[in-house]
Parts: sequence; C-alpha cells; structure tokens
Amino acid sequence: MSVATGAPPPTFRIDMLWRDERYRSGFIQAIAMIILMLGVAWLVNNTIENLSALGKDFDFGFLWQSAQYDINQRLIEYNNQDTNARAALVGILNTLLIAVMGCVSATFLGVVAGVLRLSKNWLIARLMTVYVETFRNVPVLIWILLVAAVVNESLPSPRAFRGVDTGAFVATNRGFYIPAPILDAGGGIVVGIFLASIVALIIVRRWARKRQDATGEQLPLFWIGLGILLVPAVLAYFVLGMPIRLEYPELKGFNFGGGIYMRDSLVALWLALSLYTGAFISEIVRAGILSVSHGQTEAAAALGLRPNRAMRLIILPQALRVIVPPLISQYLNLTKNSSLAIAVGYMDATGTLGGITLNQTGREMECILLLMGFYLIVSLFISTVMNIYNSRVKLVER
Amino acid sequence: MSGTHAHTVPYVAETHYPAEPAPVSTTGPIAWLRENLFSSWLNAAITLICLAFILWIVPGILDWAVFKSVWHAKSLSECREIIVQTYGEGTTGACWAVIHERLGQLLYGFYPVDQRWRPDVTLLLLITAMIPLLFQTMRPLVVVMAALIGVKILIAAYLAVTENTLGSLFGPTTIVAIVIGGLAYFFGDTHHRTRWLVFTIVFPILAYFLLWGGIILEPIPSSRFGGFLLTMVIGVTGIAGSLPLGILLALGRQSKLPILRLICVTFIEFIRGVPLITLLFVASTLLNYFLPPGTNFDLILRVLIMVTLFASAYMAEVIRGGLAALPKGQYEASDTLGLTYWQGMRLIILPQALKISIPGIVNTFIGLFKDTTLVAVIGLLDPLGLTNPIRSDANWNGIVWELYGFIAFLFFVCCWGMSRYSMYLETRLRAADRR
Repeated sequence: MSVATGAPPPTFRIDMLWRDERYRSGFIQAIAMIILMLGVAWLVNNTIENLSALGKDFDFGFLWQSAQYDINQRLIEYNNQDTNARAALVGILNTLLIAVMGCVSATFLGVVAGVLRLSKNWLIARLMTVYVETFRNVPVLIWILLVAAVVNESLPSPRAFRGVDTGAFVATNRGFYIPAPILDAGGGIVVGIFLASIVALIIVRRWARKRQDATGEQLPLFWIGLGILLVPAVLAYFVLGMPIRLEYPELKGFNFGGGIYMRDSLVALWLALSLYTGAFISEIVRAGILSVSHGQTEAAAALGLRPNRAMRLIILPQALRVIVPPLISQYLNLTKNSSLAIAVGYMDATGTLGGITLNQTGREMECILLLMGFYLIVSLFISTVMNIYNSRVKLVER
Repeated sequence: MSGTHAHTVPYVAETHYPAEPAPVSTTGPIAWLRENLFSSWLNAAITLICLAFILWIVPGILDWAVFKSVWHAKSLSECREIIVQTYGEGTTGACWAVIHERLGQLLYGFYPVDQRWRPDVTLLLLITAMIPLLFQTMRPLVVVMAALIGVKILIAAYLAVTENTLGSLFGPTTIVAIVIGGLAYFFGDTHHRTRWLVFTIVFPILAYFLLWGGIILEPIPSSRFGGFLLTMVIGVTGIAGSLPLGILLALGRQSKLPILRLICVTFIEFIRGVPLITLLFVASTLLNYFLPPGTNFDLILRVLIMVTLFASAYMAEVIRGGLAALPKGQYEASDTLGLTYWQGMRLIILPQALKISIPGIVNTFIGLFKDTTLVAVIGLLDPLGLTNPIRSDANWNGIVWELYGFIAFLFFVCCWGMSRYSMYLETRLRAADRR
C-alpha cells in the first residue's frame, strides 16, 4: 500500500492507442480518415475503369452543344437549336417558378387551414382535420398524378370552346389560360411610379415608428400607406391614358393564343404540391399558435391592448418564432418535391438536365452531378436564410 | 345556532335545498349546438356553408363509390353500359371492376400466382416480428391472427356460395396464422417477450429466404416483385436499416472528434439537400459505375441501398434533436459513474434521447413509406408504376379515380395507422414520466 503511484511509465505500448485518452481520439480519427480515403479511392478507381471500359470520358463539353429538343413551358426565349446549358437554365427557372408559386399558395392554404382547425366552430375544425389527414397521409406523387389525370381527362379540349365566349380565364385539358398584362408606351412609367411608392411607403413607416418611439403619438398608418401606395400610380395610369391593358386568351385555329399559358402539367403540379404542403404547414401553424401560452393573451389584455393589437404585438411575434423554422424547411421540401415534375412531363431542372439531356447525351455522371449541385445550392441558400432568421429572433437570455 | 342569526339577518336558510339541475340552455345537445356551431352570426354562417358543402359532396361521393358502382365487368365501356342500363342515362358510377381484375397485380406485381402465399406468409411473420417491438404483450397478435382467420372464413364462405369452391381456406397462410396465434395466446405474456424478440432478429433472413427463394423454394428474381409487395419491401427495409444507421450518424455528428464529425455532417447535409429522385437516378444509372467492373446486382437492391441511406440522414437529424434536448447533466452523470462512451450511450443517453424523438422517428417512417412511390419514376412497378400499363390497356383506358383512389386508400390506411400508433406511444411514455 505504501508504494507511491508515480508518473505513468513513459514507455509507449501499442494498446495505448485505443486505451489511452491522450492518443485515442487522434487514433480513431486517423483510422476513419484512412478508411474514407481508401473508400473514395476505390470508388474513383472503379469509376475510371468502368468509364474507360465503356469508352466514355468525364467532360462538360456537351453543355455547349445544341440540345435538339423543345421545351413547351418556359420563362426565357429558347428553341431546340439552343445549347444544353440554356435548356438546363430554362429548367432551373421552371423549378424556381413552381417553387415560388407553390410556396405562396401552400402558405396561404396552410395558414387558413391551421387557423380554422383551431376554430371554435366544431364543424369547420373537423372539416379541416379531414383535409389535413387526407393530404398528409397519401404520397404526393399520387396527388400529382391524380390531379394531372383529372385535368387531362375531365376538362374540355380547346376545340370545345369554338364559338363560345370564353372570357378572361380558360381551363382546357391542355392547360389554363389567364389574361396577360400588356404594357403600351408609358406603361413602364406607371409601373416605375408604383415601385417608387413602395419604397416611399417603407421610408414613411420607418419615420412613423421613430416618431412614435420619440413622442408616443401614432399615425393612422394604414390609410396613409394605402394612399401612398395607390394614389400616384392610379393618377399616372389615367393621366398617361390607360397604358396598361389585359390581353385575353382567344381561340386561334386548334388552340388558344394570347394571354399567359400555364401548361396542364404546371397546373397539376402546382395544385398538388400546394394542397400537400399546405396540409403540413397547417399543422405547423396550429402548433405555433398553441405554443403561445394563454397567459400572454391575458397579459396583453391586462396592459389594455385591443385584441388585434395583442395579436400583432404579443401573440404573433412569439408564435412566429415557433412557426418560421419548420415552415422554411417545408418550403425546402416543396422545392425538392417539385422534382417529381418529371412524372407529369413538366420540364423543370430534373426534366431537362436529369431527363432529356441525360438520355440524349448519355452523360449520366455529369448531368446528375450538376443536378445535385443545383439542388444543394438551393437548399444551402434556404438554410442560410433560416439560420439568419433564427439568430435574429433567438430569445435573448441572460 | 340559527336562533341568534334569526334576529339579526332578514333571512336564513335552515334547510338544505337539493341542487337544481343546470339550465337546459347550458347542457345537452342544444347547448352544444349553440356553443360549437351557432355562437355568433359569423359562426352560424360558417356552419351553414360547411353543411351545404358536406351535403353537396358526401352523397355524391357515396352515390358514385358505393351505390352506383360496378364490381364485375370486363372493361370500362362495359362498366359504363351497365351503369347506364341500371340507373338511367347520364349517371356516373365507380368502376371497381378494374380493381377486382387487377388486384393481384396491384398487390404482388408479377410474382408468380402459385407462389403468392410466400409474400402472404412473410407479411404475417413481419407482423409477428413487429408486435414485440411495438407492444408490451403479444395479445395484439392474437387479435390480428384471429381477425385474419375470420376474414379468410368469410371469403371462403362467399366463394363457396358464388363459385362453389372453398378457395384457399386451408392454404399455408391459414396454417401459419393458426400456429402463430396459438403460440401468442399461450406464450404471450410480458416475460416471454425476449423470446419473441429473438424471432424478430431472425426475421430478415427468413423474409429474404421466403421472398427471393432458394434451397427448397423456387427462386424468384426481384424483377418480378411489384405492386404493394415492392412498397412493403422497400419501406420496411428502409425503416429497419435507417434507424441504426441514423443513430450512428447522429452520434458521429455530436462527437468530439472533428474529422468524424465533418464526415457525418457532410453526408447528412448532402443527402438532405438533394431530392430523393436524384438519388434514385444515381441508383438506376450511376451505382454500377462506382462498383468494381463486372459486378451487376439488381435494381431493387440498388434502390434499397439508396433509400436506406436517404432515410438514415433524416433519421440522424431527428435523433440529433433528441440528443440535444437531453440536459447536459445526463452526459456528465454517465461519465461520473465511470461508464465508457458506448456504455453511457447504451444505458443512459440513447434510451432517453430515442424516447424524446419517437414522434419524429415515426414521422420519418411515414415520410419514407410515402417516398417509396418515387421508385415508379425510375421504372419499378410499385402500385403507382402499375397504373400506367393499366391505364393504357385498351379495356381500362380512361380510368382515373378508381385506380388512384384505391392506391391512395391503401397508403392512407398504413400511414394513418402509423401516426395513430405514434400518438398512442406518446401518451404511454408521457404516463411513464408522470409517476
């Protein structure tokens, strides 16, 4: 017992690598690194051998060759003589288009359904529960295919509208037509004035808030804002002789011309994605509202705030802290789910780059790499936005 | 006692009055209606609009799906003729005959008809393997097997009346169901659970043998797998594989070793950042490039690998949430007790972290199960993949609602069941916390 426990023996034994705290972490990491390197080397080596056996190389030159296929729904000019890169760009813009449209309508649907599920009205709360459970528990691909099939099979063909006064909106089995705004000479000025008044509105609101902080006086901001927003633009519109008009779709030959054309696949994808994601968002909204304790509402009332003010100043900011992070990840999900466009023939990034371009050029490796890169950039961008938001609304603790 | 007060107070109650019943206006159905449906003008208006909507849509759907539907026909046009003949011009009804004719295909794909008892038995064994994981006793298994035998008897009786055959009442499924049900009835108590769990561990090997065949069973290439069988194979494999992988990835992401952490973070964020469909493209076109020249294993196995990797990244994030939610004291306590890293994880940290993340885990399972439909895009014949050949069949050209409705219903039942089970588990675990 009297033997003093001196310093550990300085000799290094091999089992100290995994038994001794000092060496263990370095040892494990070195092993992990070696295994990873070997694995990657093995995969790369296999790939090189396989590619050379097939006589293929790894080259992005195909992007600058002519694509040789048409894209029927596009935001920028494109024809089948353009390059594969431009086709991919058209696809990427289409993905972003459906993502933005879907996010807006899914948020709207989700907020309405989420609030109504908490309604005191028993019937509508139950109805909304049925909506949410039906859409959440069935795969989104079924919804997309079902809506596409219904649009294709049950809507009339363009020919059925011959001799019928169609009005502003037309729904055919080839797609939907909505009026297109046409800017005549001077139309740009009206739009410019409108944009300028939006900027003015933001400045005025800032000023009003500073004034309220300093003096405690409030301005009737809603009416002032409405005035700033509408009056100059409406005045300019009439002074310049109504330079903006709507172009209605018209039947020309076998199909409609004029107006904005939304392909059936776009409509199907949009409807299905917004209904599906809306169901998820409604659960998020509901959970967010329920997460604000009732004491907060009572405290706001005790401070003498009117209900709408209490909602705007007390409840919503707290609920939003819970709602926004999962909401943004739903946006991300919607964007990723929009790649299912390939099932209904909507030409998004997956349909062009990962679909026809891949099949025509046979460059699987390059196409899928680019495609994954695009989706990764989008999702990294969205998570960056989320992180910024999270750090801004984080509870400041002691 | 009351005497002293009687002089100073105008009125003193000296007898006990029985309590009056609450006013009619605050109890009973009328009050419920008033409170929940007609509390204000706005509410009343909403109620009426909802009622109108329900009255408009529900009878229509019932009429279409049940009362004016056709179960036996050779083609869609024959269906429509029957409906028009029976109910008059202009009526529409569901043509469930397509489901009746293609049910085998939708459930088993192109699995040989005389071998279809094998997936059936596998499903029974799957239920048997899952019950000890999901419940404390084996009683639910008795209920399931009894219900199944009951249904089989009903079907046999129906077939005996209509087609004068006994059908498949005495097939392998019935025997297995009776054996399992009996075992669960006699050895179904909590203290037998460990033995049933041993079966759970053996089950994957058994399932592989049953489905793919070998030794005494006729081998079936997986290209013949399809329909709901394929969905179940992909879904269950993905679920079973993603949980352990996800736990490892989550632990790696929480680890103090920077290189290990970096590897795990990169993997998780990469998988979560790309859509599943691109990973399935990798499975269908690229995976063969990554493997040594000459290896060529089949598409379904490649898809299984990709789906499992995909789900494990999501699982890792859910479990990481559970790990992060544990108070730091738990980690410190396990260190203080002198437990090694793995002992501490196994005995202290993971049981609690997994319990917290159960709702998330089940949600991931539901998501994965729904995502299995995506394999239709790369040409596998899951139920959705089968809709295309059925819809382009000349006999059934133009069928939409019946087909998608049936598939959607199957998925709904599975996913809804899973979400209900997660709610049940949450209450049970919360009760354990309350003490």
